[in-house]
Order: sequence, then structure tokens, then C-alpha cells
Amino acid sequence: MRHILRVNLASLSSLREPVPEAWASLGGRALTSTVVAQEVPPACHPLGPNNKLVFAPGMLTGTPAANSGRLSAGSKSPLTGGIKESNAGGTAARMLAKLEIHALILEGMPQGEAWYSLHVTKDGVSIQEERDTVGMGNYELVKVVHARYGKPVAVVSVGPAGEMRMLTANISVADKEQHLRSLGRGGLGAVMGSKRVKFISIDDSGTPAITSKNPEKFKEAARIFAKTLLDHPVSGKGLPTYGTNVLVNILNEAGGLPTRNFTQGTFEGHDKISGETMHDTIVARGGAPTHPCHPGCIIRCSQIYNDQDGNYLTSGFEYETIWGFGADCCVENLDDIAMADHLMDDLGVDSIETAVTFGVAMEAGVLSFGDGKEVVRILRDEVGKGTPLGRLLGGGAAQVGRAYGLTRVPVVKGQGIPAYDPRSVKGIGVNYAMSTMGADHTSGYAVATNILNVGGRVDPLGKDGQVELARNLNIATAAIDSTGMCLFVAFPALDIPECLSSLVDMINAHYGISLTGDDVTALGKSVLKLERKFNLAAGLGPEQDRLPEFFCLEPLPPHNVVWDFTPAELDAYWDFD
Amino acid sequence: MLITVKLFANFRVGRFVVEVRDYPAGTAIKAVSGSLGLASQEIGMTMLNGRHAEPERVLKDGDVLAFFPLLGGG
Ligand code: SF4
Repeated sequence: MRHILRVNLASLSSLREPVPEAWASLGGRALTSTVVAQEVPPACHPLGPNNKLVFAPGMLTGTPAANSGRLSAGSKSPLTGGIKESNAGGTAARMLAKLEIHALILEGMPQGEAWYSLHVTKDGVSIQEERDTVGMGNYELVKVVHARYGKPVAVVSVGPAGEMRMLTANISVADKEQHLRSLGRGGLGAVMGSKRVKFISIDDSGTPAITSKNPEKFKEAARIFAKTLLDHPVSGKGLPTYGTNVLVNILNEAGGLPTRNFTQGTFEGHDKISGETMHDTIVARGGAPTHPCHPGCIIRCSQIYNDQDGNYLTSGFEYETIWGFGADCCVENLDDIAMADHLMDDLGVDSIETAVTFGVAMEAGVLSFGDGKEVVRILRDEVGKGTPLGRLLGGGAAQVGRAYGLTRVPVVKGQGIPAYDPRSVKGIGVNYAMSTMGADHTSGYAVATNILNVGGRVDPLGKDGQVELARNLNIATAAIDSTGMCLFVAFPALDIPECLSSLVDMINAHYGISLTGDDVTALGKSVLKLERKFNLAAGLGPEQDRLPEFFCLEPLPPHNVVWDFTPAELDAYWDFD
Repeated sequence: MLITVKLFANFRVGRFVVEVRDYPAGTAIKAVSGSLGLASQEIGMTMLNGRHAEPERVLKDGDVLAFFPLLGGG
């Protein structure tokens, strides 16, 4: 029977509970945010005993639905001070779903200095003290845990950064190749570290296959859904071939590629770090340009990137990471960026926050723009070892900006702004400002409509229609994040009507319910509203729904545009029921 | 007139990355894409001097024109 599994780290005990009626039809982000909103006091310290860390598979995770295997994690973020949901691939979500664990909730914190691991099986959870794995990087840890259990269990872990409770720390989720996917943003790794949990291993042996209430209908809907993913040029062809990094050249051409700590919209070295170059490099070195981050993904935007000698260097090498160390830090050597990506996965830090932080640190003079070797050294020897400089940078862009008295610090609610300049891609700027998550490009990807001509067109340099567009996309995203689907299903969903209708049909056939498209929109709205309510109570009011002032003062070349939304225009974002 | 033409992703295959090409005055964007054998339904984005542009737009000397297939990421 589906249940809630609670682990109390103060008493080192666990409890299996029936799923409360109100949570029964929720999954993913809808569930993690509901639990956080109901059970975490908004004013609590995110690294204190009253915060909780909630893991939930999506509504369709564990079924044969394509791309449905994402794991959501939710908590109060130590980086933003607000609510946080982050999701990733890997094998954990599917195993939790097969074990009929609706949500896994970590509560409280231990008294002493010991570290623990949790091993979750069909018989429950065992809590063990950890010694040898403490201080270990994520790559080695996954190998050690697999060896300990003698089989490929799912591993959800923190690296040294999480143990040190750095605000850039993420939570890693191992994929089937023992590589790492990340619950990246908002410092969730610091929350797991504060609870002194080094890793969670999950073994779904002995569980039956998940069955749908109406298997025939499910099968038919799943077939249509998968077809729309393969038919759309973005999800069927562009993403599998070039990965997300194809965006470097697009954003560069549009003048929206934040460069040199957000002082220019184009980067001279763009073609050296572009998706096209990366694709050719991967192929030449015998890597894999196309790879799924979790079983069941048919879009497969991930890849395996080898070094010059053909040895594995990194995977899930994303546009945001490459933009961040490439354009924003002016590093033109893709191998240096790949090495940084590898180290960040191993240490367990968010690659977006870390890249934005280095851009600010370069402006501060800590290192020079373009010095990829020094980036790698600082990550390995300073952040990895927790030196004072490493702790400073491990605290994120806002912390470095304050330490050096800078004004050009690209963050919203303390979280670093990703790879699209809000001055020249205004739709995404609206969601940077308004998202309940802090600056987040996945909270309603208006880049699709502003730049990529997916889901219609809205002029990226103008204000017209942007607030409405951003809001509608954010609502849709909150709903998709609840299904367990990868957000990239939104590309076909924006253009092919059967994509969304078959997604709703799958949910209905699986649960034996009869949701409509409107119900799904209503779910997205309710998620955003409850997250917003939590944030207001946590002290993140409308005055935090703003971009840093420098965006209004410094025109961005080549279009020489500034951020010019008024507070009233932005506040209208929340005018929906 | 001289037009800088840039191609991206699979449009580069068998063609080029960037070229300065000579076209008669009054040439529209769609004539350039046609001359390169890019079918209109394959073109996801066209940018003229860093702004989105329609196929009917008439070019002028020194313009920078970029063609992309339909692509996405995030
Ligand atoms: S499309 Fe990419 S991010 Fe999405 S599930 Fe597949 S590999 Fe993961």
C-alpha cells in the first residue's frame, strides 16, 4: 500500500503512515510543497531541527509513461530563505515509486557529531552510522555503496559541500551508469548535511510492477504521448543531437547570453563552447552525444563527455553550466569547463550557483576572467577542502558580492540568475523576479516563446504580454513538476495539443480518475499559491520579487536595453485565482 | 550587396558555418534561405542583426543573417 515514510533523525527512528486523503492524488512538487507548507514553520532556520527534507516521486513515476522518472525534493531553502523544490533524474524516483513510498520525509536532526545513512527496502528503512564514507566525493561514494549492497541500488547523497552545509550544496542522484544527476538549486544539500545524512540507498527488490487502474487506456495514452515527444523537432531531434548546449549560439545571436558577469549580451568565444562544437568533440572522442538521465526518458538530452584520451569526464553537461563558466566567466576551453563540471558533481555543488559565483568572484578580482585552470584549482583545493576562500565561494554569488562590496550581483532572493539575460529576454526576467524559487529559468521557460519560436512568439526586448506569458508558463510548469515528467515535455506540449491531453489521459487511466485540462491548470495555480503563501510568511514579500538594481541602470549591449518593469506591473503577476 | 550568413546546428552539415555572400539589391530573406536549399518548414528561427525577422524582409548591405532549425534546451 502506498504510504508516507518518515525518518526522524533526532530519535533515529522511522514511521510508516497511511497517505492522508488530501495528499493521495499529489506527487512531485505538488506533494513536496504541500508537505513543506503544512509541516515546516516558515520562520524556522533552514539548517535547524524544524526544517524537513521531503522526497517524492511524481504522479506517473514508476509507470511506463515516457520521461516520468524525475525525483522531487522540497524543503525551506537555506539559500533563498523561501520554499524550494528541485527535481532530477537518476534511478531513485522509480525505486521509491515501486516501493509504494508516496513521500520520504526527513525530520529533526541528531544531537551528536555522527553521520548516518538510510537504507530503504520493502521491509522499511534501516539507519546506520557512517564512518568511512564521510568526506567522500559522490563518484566514489556511489561505487562504495553499490559494492556494499552488491547490486545497483539507487543512491541519493551529499558530497563534501553538503557535509559542510555550504549554501551551494546540492543533492546527487545516481543514474544507471553510476554517474550523477543533481537536485541542484537552493542549497538542499546543506539541509541534508544539517540532518547528518550522508546518503540514502534504495533497493526495490521484491516489489511487483506498478499497475494502472485502467491498463488499456493507459497504454493507448502513453503511446500517443511518446509519439508527440518524438514528433516534435525540439524533443525528437534537437535535444537528443545537441543537448541543451545548442542554446549558446542561439542566445549569443539574440544578444541574450550573459557574458563577463552580466556586462555584455554576446561572447566572442561562443563557438568554442557551443553545442555544435561539443557534439563534434564528443563524437570524435568516442563519447555519447545522446543519453537518458533516467530509465524511460526518450528525449535523451544528456550526453557522456570524454577527455582528450577518451576517458569519461562528465555527463549531463548542460547549457547553464557551460554558459556559466564559458560566457559568464569567459573560459573558452570546453575541457576546463567539463573538468569543473566533474568536480562540482563530485563535491556536490550546484553548477549554476557556482558558475554565477565565480563570475562575481572574477569581478571582485579573486581570479581573472577566463582563467579556467584557476577555476578548477579553486573548486578542488579551496571549495573541496573547505578553506576560508572555499567557504566564501561555497556560500554563493550573493555572499561573495556582499563580501567584496559589489553592486553587480546577479541574484534574486539570494539565488544566482541563470543563462538568459533578463534585459534582452524579458519574459524569463519576469519569472526570475516572481518565481517562488528565487531566480530560476525552469519556473516558466519564457525563453521558448521569446527566443525559440515555440508556443507562439513574444518580442524578447518588449514588455508587452510578458507578465501574462511568464505567469501562464510558471503555472504549467508547477503542474508538470508534479507529474514526475521532465520539463522538456513542455516543448511538444506547447505546440502539439495531443501531448497535454494524452498526459492528462495517462493520469486518469492510472488513478481511475477524470481530471480535465482545467484541473491540471488549477493544480499548477494551487501549488504556486501555497508556495507564495509560505514565502510571505517566511519574509519574502513583494519587495523581494525584484531584479537587482544594476539591471535597470546598465544597458546591455548589443541591444542596449535595460530592465524596465515597474513594481506595479510585476505585482500584477499574482492576480489570479 | 554583401550579407553575412550564419548557419547553426544541422544546417551547417554540407554547407558552412559563416560566409559573406553577395546578393543583388532588393533580395529578401526567403531568397537567401532558398539559395541555400533550406526548406521553410525546416527553419525554426531567423535572426537579422540579432532580432527575429520574417522571411519577406528585404535585406540591405552589411546585414547579418542567421538561420536556425527548430531547437530548444533549458
Ligand atoms: S530530456 Fe534530458 S533532462 Fe529530461 S529526462 Fe531526458 S535526459 Fe533527463
